[in-house]
Amino acid sequence: MSARTDLLLSIADDELILGWRDSEWTGIAPFLEEDVALSSIAQNEIGHARALYELAAAELGTSADELAFDRRPAQYRCAPLVQLRRLEWARTIARRWLYETADEIRLEELKGSDDGELAGIAAKMNREEAYHRLHAEMWVDRLLASEEGRRRFFEAVDELWPYALGVLDEGLRSELRRRVEERLGRELPAAEAIERGRHEPELVELWDEMTMVRRSAPAGARW
Amino acid sequence: MSERDESVAQSHEVTERAVWRALGEVPDPEIPVVSLVDLGVVKAVEIEGDRVRVDFAPTFMGCPALEVMQRMLAEKVEELGVEAEVRVLLDDSWSTDDITPEGREKLRTAGFAPPAPRPSGTLELVQLQRGFRCPYCGSTDTRLENLFGPTPCRSIRYCESCRQPFEQFKTI
Repeated sequence: MSARTDLLLSIADDELILGWRDSEWTGIAPFLEEDVALSSIAQNEIGHARALYELAAAELGTSADELAFDRRPAQYRCAPLVQLRRLEWARTIARRWLYETADEIRLEELKGSDDGELAGIAAKMNREEAYHRLHAEMWVDRLLASEEGRRRFFEAVDELWPYALGVLDEGLRSELRRRVEERLGRELPAAEAIERGRHEPELVELWDEMTMVRRSAPAGARW
Repeated sequence: MSERDESVAQSHEVTERAVWRALGEVPDPEIPVVSLVDLGVVKAVEIEGDRVRVDFAPTFMGCPALEVMQRMLAEKVEELGVEAEVRVLLDDSWSTDDITPEGREKLRTAGFAPPAPRPSGTLELVQLQRGFRCPYCGSTDTRLENLFGPTPCRSIRYCESCRQPFEQFKTI
């Protein structure tokens, strides 16, 4: 597999699995606006995954659906950050915000790629992700505005920080640290990244649920 | 140019216009008052003999109607008796700035505030919080209720004047 396909699948898997995790709030988010917001974000992340899978599929001679649903859990390349099961709200926001901050760094890098297809898709994704970032930033402001919100948000960021580092290649991690520390006005603990390639047991459970319908009709189903 | 070349060139021109005219009848499946051509998402039409290729840009990549739109465009072209290929462009070639003036007017009539122009730099929340005009009563005393709405391309706003919630096409 080429380095390009490997990269496409890593980002696609991040977006698919995070989209799935976000969708777990549908119907039970703290209030209606957030229910709509997280459902919409989830839909869009999964749309990004589909587009990235299509590029990878063209190279591998397969289809986006096969890449999304027919691999074994161990073959997914998503960062452990997105695998974690639905977290309580402060941690959900911390994960979204850390992911979007990392993803922006990654997309900025890709937009400058010599590969026109990659640069084009990154530019498109980046415009759409701007709304996800606005949403996350709005929540960071809101949490930082109260003592309890601050405490719970900082706890969540510290806990998820090693996972957040694992979203990016090593060369981009210092930039992530710089942005996160600047925004929060505090230093982050020294941490070892939890790397892509590790599979949390929660991913297997998610995979089981996500692929259940497809596995139940191996010859394909018509609705 | 020989006489024969000229006639070929001419018939292509006519056909291309016919294709655009046909595509102009394909409604947006979720906001049917505007056509996909009004939205500016049909980027190019290329004709080679009896094969027509249409380049189409999604508004948002997470748009659930993507495949439906692709199929509707292809079927419309095929009605002209040619083969159709609809290619989805996965790049930044479409912006809400490409919505035609007629398209913006149709959106307004249907109760959607048209999008603000694409900013030159980063999109800021404050730009979206400004008082956009209510499509029902025309007041600018409106506020952003939710960045997200029923589809990825829409936000929810609220008019303080006529107390009517309304949707706005997101700037992209």
